[in-house]
Formats: sequence, structure tokens, C-alpha cells
Amino acid sequence: MERGLLDTLTTVQTAHGSQTPSPDLATARRRRRAREVRGLIGRRIAVALPLLVLISMGLFVLAQASPFDPLVGYLGDRYPLTTPEQRQSMREVLRLDQPWWAGWLAWASDLVSGDLGHSRSYAMPVSAVLAERLPATLLLSAAGLAVALLLSLLGALIAALNPGSVLDRATHALATFLQAVPPFVLALAAVTVGAITLGWFPAGGATPVVGPTTALTTVHHLILPALVLGLSQMPWLLLSLHAEITTALASDPVRAALARGLPWPGVVVGHVLPPALAPLVTLVGVRLPELIVGAALVEEVFAWPGVAAAMVTSARTLDMPLLAILTVASTATVLLGSLLSDLGYLALDPRVRIDD
Amino acid sequence: MLSRFSRRACLAGALLTLSLMGCTAQPLPATSGSEIVLADAYELGGYNPVSGYGELGVSPLYDGLMRLDSAGDEALPAFAPALAMEAPIPNADSSVWSVPLRQGVTFHDGTPFDGADVVATYNAVLDPGSASEIASAFAMIAEVSSSRTATGETVTFTLAYPYADFPSRLLLAIAPSERLTGGPAAESSLNREPVGTGPYRLSELTADRAVFTANPHYWAGPPQVSKVTTVYLPDDNSRVQRVAAGEFDGTILPPALARTFTSKPGFGIESAHSADWRGVSLPADVAFTRDPQVRLALNHAVDRQAMVDTVLAGYGEVAHTPVSAVYGDAFDPAAVFPYDVDKARSLLAGAGWSPGPDGVLVKGTDRAAFTVAFRPTDSVRRDLATAFAADMLRVGVEVTLAGLDFDKIEPRVRDLGILLGGGDKPFSLDTQVYAALHSPLPGTALWDNPGQFSTPARDAALDQARRTLDPERRTSLYRQVQADYLTDPSYVFLVFLEHTYAVRDSTWQRAPVTIEPHSHGVNWGPWWNVASWTR
Repeated sequence: MERGLLDTLTTVQTAHGSQTPSPDLATARRRRRAREVRGLIGRRIAVALPLLVLISMGLFVLAQASPFDPLVGYLGDRYPLTTPEQRQSMREVLRLDQPWWAGWLAWASDLVSGDLGHSRSYAMPVSAVLAERLPATLLLSAAGLAVALLLSLLGALIAALNPGSVLDRATHALATFLQAVPPFVLALAAVTVGAITLGWFPAGGATPVVGPTTALTTVHHLILPALVLGLSQMPWLLLSLHAEITTALASDPVRAALARGLPWPGVVVGHVLPPALAPLVTLVGVRLPELIVGAALVEEVFAWPGVAAAMVTSARTLDMPLLAILTVASTATVLLGSLLSDLGYLALDPRVRIDD
Repeated sequence: MLSRFSRRACLAGALLTLSLMGCTAQPLPATSGSEIVLADAYELGGYNPVSGYGELGVSPLYDGLMRLDSAGDEALPAFAPALAMEAPIPNADSSVWSVPLRQGVTFHDGTPFDGADVVATYNAVLDPGSASEIASAFAMIAEVSSSRTATGETVTFTLAYPYADFPSRLLLAIAPSERLTGGPAAESSLNREPVGTGPYRLSELTADRAVFTANPHYWAGPPQVSKVTTVYLPDDNSRVQRVAAGEFDGTILPPALARTFTSKPGFGIESAHSADWRGVSLPADVAFTRDPQVRLALNHAVDRQAMVDTVLAGYGEVAHTPVSAVYGDAFDPAAVFPYDVDKARSLLAGAGWSPGPDGVLVKGTDRAAFTVAFRPTDSVRRDLATAFAADMLRVGVEVTLAGLDFDKIEPRVRDLGILLGGGDKPFSLDTQVYAALHSPLPGTALWDNPGQFSTPARDAALDQARRTLDPERRTSLYRQVQADYLTDPSYVFLVFLEHTYAVRDSTWQRAPVTIEPHSHGVNWGPWWNVASWTR
């Protein structure tokens, strides 16, 4: 009986693994896959472009409906020193008095011709604001995501391989705790411990206050914020990974592999992780917005010179060229993230089909 | 939503900070040699004089025609010539001012400084196309012109009306005419790439850091502090932590946080007096506050010292009029409304206001009640407004508080009391008091004297003072203004703020601090004149 099952499994596996499709069939499959991928990308773009246009228009509508007067932000404490007539002339010069559609049209036509416009709140071209701040945000987000993936993978594996153990319960408790703690509290705690008490890391900024900026100083400044961002994004990754790994561990292939006496590390790498990691690709893509928001909060506490601060400033002062491009870019990032994760899923799992 | 969140964030941060202040490491030497590093709470960039940067001549990058010459923050600074060769020369009725220019000065980019630069800078401020935030302060200028003379060059300001305090308008930072090319000031390249004649030039500017390096060709000699680095750190608690960790030589802090440095070895607190007042304007269209006896009573009903002690953590002075002690002889020490609740009650009773059924005073159908608006993002104004309302309730006056931003207050300006701030240009007593106390004139901002209360005698004294060049005559006129105000106050002035800074000990001989305007940051405080530091 036992012998029979193993035989069957072995046969199935051999059949699956050794079945080399004929060259023609493989080419045809690849072609169909490529066609599917092109179709997917095309459809997504067809949805994304009108969506981005609508979102940017919506932003201009909301800005006009907003109770904030952009001149309050522009003049600040000098607002009461000006007469209504002076303010009206400023509105005309700064083009704050035009209806939303005129403002949107001007912005959109500039954008199409490659001009991102001028940021009133930073008194510099929008392209310069982005060039200065975008790399910092990308670096922090990428590092944070890497930390989150690494930690959650380790935690989920340890917990899933030792179900019911102290480690398992501790991992879950930690994940729940971290999910409950707001990122800014985590950030302040990290500053207090890592920068003040221990003095190992700088408390904020991306570059040393004095002296040259090198790769080493950047990494030194990156560690604390990336760790905090990673920890704040870890819980949902860890919990879903844990569920996937537990499912995978209980699956027939794994039980069979173990029954055949394959060593644990080999089983984990060859049989547990591949099916458990595939859904993660989708998950990361879909949760990108959360990463962006998390990065914004962490950037604030660590005075990280990224786009989050620019977003808050531009929203408060209704600095439309900057606010609009940041909004459109974050939307595009989310759409791109979900597209990439779908493509990744397609690449990872040949069984996945695209619904036309 | 965001503000509530950030307030909570600040609270959490403050608690963490306070609890951990004790266990921080000893300050490390952050800089060696002749550099200093500061943390600022305000955004970097925006170095365009047309937008108001260096409006009072305090800037490492630029010079004005005149500069401040301070002997400390107890008295108003004198004006000394900077890009001017000597003090400005007025005509008989102070409506035309001639300023001989310093010769041989060059801008950071090597171009020579001349009268065309002065004319271009003032014209750019006055040009409506610049949308300059400070244009209203220079509204008295009708024409600026420059002319060559046998000995050099002279700039002539022709004013629309006689103005004796005009030298205070000569502090404005001067930019090169080549860079003043029209268009909105907010879009000028000067904001990010400033070119001035000042002791420092901007050598690096990123989102979080500005580096000022000494100008070796500075006309007054190169400064000894060779490099000043300013790091933008908006979060108060982060600044406390990083200054305590020894990363910075100093920063600006709210009084309560600055106090945490009192017991910290290696650090000190510097505070600077300001003419930055806070007070409550009284509504023009509320029957209760239209009564002069009532306004007098309200002035006796507020406990100003308690506000200084609690709201300002001791860093401030009481204000009874907009004239503070820093104005020297022009300040009348007797111009005070002593805190006297009984006197306030009897004045109110004498004016016919008696307690109604709910304890709030009434007179006929009128209730002793009004609303005070304050800018909700400013916690000091909020706390002062709260304290004011509590003091009013004690004498049977009901004050409702409303957190409203400027644009929401303005349409209701005649119906609201407003917690106002003033003192943006303290170096001119005329600017400090004229708009606030004079009855409204055509073309003035609605916020100048929102209550619109004044007396003909007060208006006359204010008008005469701004036209009078003789200092003694001016002094006596301003004393008349204060004496008149005592009999018929138009506001309830509350406090003058002090600005507080945490400073790391050093061997530098610092220049004395100066009276500060409303705006501040590490451009002011102990560093306002860092170019003159020696050791």
C-alpha cells in the first residue's frame, strides 16, 4: 500500500518533471504567453490613462472646493498686512483666480509638453523638487520593503515550522503588537534607543551634518528608518506568509517529500517556499499604497528628505503643480505595482491564466 | 485629521523626549575649527529679497543700504550704514530721502554693486507683477532713482507722504539688477541661487541643508566663522534630541522645550526680547465692546502676568499697549492697566451692565458676550485666547472661542474679536503702532485696527509723529498716544513674546542679540550677526 502510493507519486513527479514538450509546442506556448502579457499591459494602460486624467481633474475640482485659500499659505503671517485689493492682484499674478478646468488645462498641456511647472511652496521648478527628493524616497521604500520581506520570511518560517511552540506564539504576538503600534511611535522609539541611548545611528536626515556624503554614510543614515519602515510593514506580510507556509506544509507534495525522507532544508526550499511565495508577489503589489503611506510617516520623524514632506507641504498650500504630479505619480505607482505583481505571478506560475 | 494626529505625535514625542533627556550621552564636538552647524525649524531656500527674505537686513547673504547695530535686546538697535556710505539725508519735511552709496562693493558673482541694483530691488518689491508679500510695507515710496555725483552715486527715494521712520525701510536686502527680471517673486531664480553682497555666499542647498561659506571679498572684511551649515528639522522634539546628541551648535525651540537645556552641561539658553505682541482686538459691531468704559474694564480684568508665567513659560513680558520697554524714552512705564477684578466689575456696573439670569452681564437687550477668533495652527494664540476667555468669565463676560484661519475671519472682521499678533517690523515705532492704533484710512488692510476704535487726539498725535524728524518731539507725541490710549483703549493687549534658543558653549565671542521681529529662526537669535563673531 505504502509502496504503491510512493510509486504513484514518483511516477506523477517524473511525468510532470521529465515531460519535455516538443519544440513546436513550447514555441506556441511562449507566443501565446507573450500575446497574453501584451494584452494585459495594453488593457491596463487603457484603464490607467483615463483614470489618471480623471484623478488629476478630481484633484483640481477638490482644490477649488477646498475651504483653504492658497494665499493664506503663500502669505502666512503676512496675510493680515495686505489689503483685499493687493491680494486680488496677487491672485491674478499667481493665477489662483482661474476656474479649476482652466488650471487643469494649463497644467495638463504643460505636462504633455514636458514642463512640470513651478512649485510655489518650494520656489523652484517641480522637476527640481522631484529630482532632489524622489531618489531618497525610492531608496527608503526599497530598503524598507527588503527589510520587511526578510524579517517576515524568517519569522513566518520559524513560526510555521514550530507550530504551537513558544517561538510561534512570540512571533504572532510580536506581529500583532507591531501592527497595533503606529509607525511614528515606532520611529520615535527607534530614535530614542538607537540614536540617543546607544548612539549607534544618526537620529535623522540622510546625510552627515558635516563632512562628505559617501555610500557608507548613506547606509548609516538609512538603517534606522528602513528598519522602522520594514517593521511597520512586516506584520501583514508575516501573517499571510505564515498562513501560506502552513498550507504548503500540509500539502500532499510536502508530506510526500518528507515521507520519502528528503532533508528538511531541501523540502523547505524546493517544496514549501515556491507555492508559499507566489501569492506574496501579488500581496506586495496590492499593498504598495500602504508602503507609500508608511514611508511618508517615517520620513516625517526621521527628517528624511523625500517626497512625503513635499506632499504635505504642497497639499497645505494648494501648490497645485507639485501636488498634482505627486498625486498622479503615486496613483501610477500603485497601478504599476499591481501590474508588475500580476506579471510576476504569470512568470512564476505557468498554471495562471489571464481572463480575457 | 492630520493636525490632531500630529498633535498626538508631538505629545508622544514630548513625553518620550522628556523621559529620556536624563540618559543621553555627553555632547560630542560636532564641528572643529571655524564652522558652526545649526538646526532650523523653517524651510530652507526662498532667498529672494523681493519675497521678503532679509527684509530687515538680517541675512548672511545680503546687505541692505542700512544694517542693525545692536547693543543688546534691551533697547532698539541703531541703524548703521551698510551699502549706504553714510546715514540717509531727508529733506525738510522728510518726504525725500537721499542715500549716498558705498563704492567698490561687488556681488558674489563678481558684478559691481551700484544704484541700478537698489532701484531695481525696490521697484521689484513695488511691482504688482512680482506679487511680493512685503509690498504693503513699502507703499509710501512713490519713486526711486539713482544719480551720479562728483563723489560717487546717490539713490533718492521720493515718498508719497512725509515719513520720518523711513530709514527702517532701508534695511531691505539688495539683489543685483541683472537677476531681477520681472515675473512672480516666487518663481525667481534668486530663491535657490541667491546672489548678494553679504558676508557669506550660498555654496550648497538641498531639501534639508544649506551651507553658507565665508565671502573672502566681503567689503567689511571676511568673517572669522568660515562656514555656517543650516539643517532643516521641522520637528521640535527631533531638534531637542539631535542638539542634545551633540550634532548641532544650536537651534530655536519653544520656551518649554528650551528649558530642558538649563541643566544640560555644555549648553545654554539664549532668549531675545521682541516687539512681537499678542492681543485681542474688540469687535466693532458688538454693542458691548462699543462702550469705551467696557473696553477699559476688560483691560483691568485680564491677568497678563499669569499668561506670561503659564502660556509663555516665563519667556515674555506683559503688554498693555503695543509700545514695549525696548522703545526707550518713547515708552511710558505708567501706561499700564493694573490687574484689578474689582475695578473691572465696578467699571462695568458703572456703564450700566448688571448680572443677568445666567450670570452673564446684560444691559437692556444686549448681552456681554462676543466671539474671539484665533489661528488654530498657532498653539500660543490658542492658549492665550483660552486664558483670556477664562479671565472674562470671572467678570461676567462670555467669550466664545473660534479657531479660524485668516481668510475665514476677514469676512466677519467687524463681528469678531481676534487674537492678533503684531510686531513684524519692530525697528520702526511708527510701523509698530500707527496701523494698529490709528482709525482706519482708505487703502489700509482690514486687520489694521479691526475694531476701528480710536480718538481724534490719538490719530492726530500718530499722524504728527510720523512726520516729525525731531526725536524729542516724536517721543512726547508717542507718550501722548499712550496716555490717550489709557483713557480709551481699543484692544486688550496681552503679552510680548521672547524667542528662545538652545546654544552649545563655545569659545566664540558673540555679538549681542537684538530685538527680534515676529519672524525668527536661526537667522536670528545668537546667530543674527554671525559674521562679526571673533575669538
